[in-house]
Amino acid sequence: MATQQHTLSLIVDNKFGVLARITGLISRRGFNIDSLAVGVTEDPTISRVTVVVTADEVALEQITKQLHKLINVHKINDFTNEPSVDRELVLFKIHAPADTRHELIELVNVFRAKIIDVGKNSMTVEATGNSEKLQAMEDLFRGYGIKEIARTGRISLSRG
Amino acid sequence: MDTRTRKDVQNKAPEERPMNGARALVASLEAEGVDTIFGYPGGTVLDIYDALYDSKKIKHILVRHEQAAVHAAEGYARTCDKPGVVLVTSGPGSTNTVTGITDAYMDSIPVIVIAGQVSTEAIGTDAFQEADFLGITMPVIKHSYLIKDVKDLVPSIKEAFHIATTGRPGPVVICVPSDIAKAKVKYEGYPEKIKISSYRPTYKGNARQVKQAASLMEKATKPVIIAGGGIVSSGAYSDLKNIAELLQIPVAETLMARGCFPVDHYLHLGQMGMHGMPAPNLAVSRSDLVIAVGTRFSNRVTGDVSRFAQHAKIIHIDIDPAEIGKNVRVDLPIVGDAHEVLSAIFEQLQKSEPQPKTSSWLEQIDEWRKVGVKEPEDDPKIITAEQIFEAINELSAKRDVIFATEVGQHQMWASRFLINKGPRTFITSGGAGTMGFGLPAAEGIQIANPDKLVVCLAGDGSIQMNIQEMATCTEYGLPVKVIIFNNSTLGMVRQFQELFYMKRYVATDLPRIPDYALLAKAYGWTGSMVDDPKKVKGAIEQLFDTEGPALLDIHMSKDELVYPAVKGGNPITKMIGVNDADIENATSEGRR
Repeated sequence: MATQQHTLSLIVDNKFGVLARITGLISRRGFNIDSLAVGVTEDPTISRVTVVVTADEVALEQITKQLHKLINVHKINDFTNEPSVDRELVLFKIHAPADTRHELIELVNVFRAKIIDVGKNSMTVEATGNSEKLQAMEDLFRGYGIKEIARTGRISLSRG
Repeated sequence: MDTRTRKDVQNKAPEERPMNGARALVASLEAEGVDTIFGYPGGTVLDIYDALYDSKKIKHILVRHEQAAVHAAEGYARTCDKPGVVLVTSGPGSTNTVTGITDAYMDSIPVIVIAGQVSTEAIGTDAFQEADFLGITMPVIKHSYLIKDVKDLVPSIKEAFHIATTGRPGPVVICVPSDIAKAKVKYEGYPEKIKISSYRPTYKGNARQVKQAASLMEKATKPVIIAGGGIVSSGAYSDLKNIAELLQIPVAETLMARGCFPVDHYLHLGQMGMHGMPAPNLAVSRSDLVIAVGTRFSNRVTGDVSRFAQHAKIIHIDIDPAEIGKNVRVDLPIVGDAHEVLSAIFEQLQKSEPQPKTSSWLEQIDEWRKVGVKEPEDDPKIITAEQIFEAINELSAKRDVIFATEVGQHQMWASRFLINKGPRTFITSGGAGTMGFGLPAAEGIQIANPDKLVVCLAGDGSIQMNIQEMATCTEYGLPVKVIIFNNSTLGMVRQFQELFYMKRYVATDLPRIPDYALLAKAYGWTGSMVDDPKKVKGAIEQLFDTEGPALLDIHMSKDELVYPAVKGGNPITKMIGVNDADIENATSEGRR
């Protein structure tokens, strides 16, 4: 069966230990988490956990059902085949001596990213977008030499 | 600072003492109808124990090891349909319960474990007797609580009991830091109702699926029911019998369901799976419709999943949606309580007045029942498992008896040879296979069933894992009877070494230490030993007739194996101890 990346959006109690229950369950059942983002929602007692996992349909169904059994989990949306907006945030620290700096600035503008720090030989770029866009940027920047990357987990909301 | 003198406290009536977390906890347990707590005190639960001092409704049973507290609570819960309650201290007191909690989790038994914890400000500092019990137990609980505000204590207890006993039952842990137990709180009565919006188990089966199930069952010519532990926890015995009889469907059982279908019934097939008899294993494998109720298709039941019931459509009824499709493919899932769903299917079936279509299937199954299983060599000097169980069956026929088992060969022999007289009379550690379960479980069973004969069937390996509980039985006057199938080896493991590791016996043989009859006497029990086949029956009769706790050590040969046995990874039709030719001969044309 084909494995695919799935974005699960969990609405959970904003209580201590809930994240441990969720991640523990996923790893216990033998799955790897590709990315994870957690934050409080419009209701301060409720958090949204966005988990990206790679799994086939059967495995995904099993993860989802097991997550549903956690008393602190209220709702689970699978955004994989649903219209949704997905964003990730990445910070790239790129090797940027004077001779390539201009070129880099142009690239950053094309991607509508932001330069948030400039050093003697480096430049830090902040970019948001979906995984594909950020991957494309990373591939391009790699030619210049990426010193460091910091990346958040994916966050998603359904459209409309 | 508390300036009360000891006298002040002693002179005050319980109701006048200041309400604190500990007292609110005990009041909540009383309101919940708890009559027994299995526990062991320690530093962080002293306030709770102090509150128990005043309770007239709750009896505290002081076990001798915290693991045993959970097994005793399980024995209690498994035989009286009420959750078992455990109280232990923080650190090692709590970590000692983990095996018991795992056992309850694997077998879906409602147990509430209340554990002390270091005070809230000390959590995370590696304080004396601190262990992250909440974290340690996370994989083996249905839900858990760490109380950080005394106001949350009473509602959490209400939630814990609700969660443990509803839906698919299971263990719930409540960690109570010592300062929470001391904290002043207003106790405004125990809440009558609780609403947990994210927890709503499904009881009633989907009406369309119920109809589809009925229609599949009516049409099937080679159907078989696999009854699991869900039949027991939902009390669906008569629903099961109704359907089986209406459509003449034979019933195979998992270990957890033993006793849920009358053993002398012509539709009864017995235990299936790794140590199942030929009839249930062949019936499931050759059937055209499997109706699985309240079972999670453990690998001990299915054998090689890819070759499990290959020709059958599978209806899977379970209260836990996550069990459906987890281990085997399912053609028709029904999420719901076994009793609710089976009674709905029965009603649906009655409407159409179906004619059973299984007469030739049942004839075939009767042929499979005759397929022989390898027996131990005849030796007039050696006591066999079958001889012991013949005596037990005969002598317990007229008694109201509940059996508990430890884990190993004796457990499988018991499942094969013992005549279970009804539901909740054969109590065993199924999913976890916990050695050391039987004796403390028997203790809890005896407390819940003071007038019944409670017999713990044990091996000489497993009995030692919680043998200290003999002291608990003596102290509380629990007349538990223990029969040790003593073959001076860890028989089940040795059997694997014999069959699958070319008889390279490693770390399995046990010397006959201790002398169990003598040990029994040291614990204040009656103890005896038998090694002569002619004296077995008399010895068991004497054991059953003994007042108070008693132990019988039966010396057997280490060469007797459990048959049939299916090697892990093989299909359940490939049974060691059964001749394939016999199966061939017993199978009519068209079914091979």
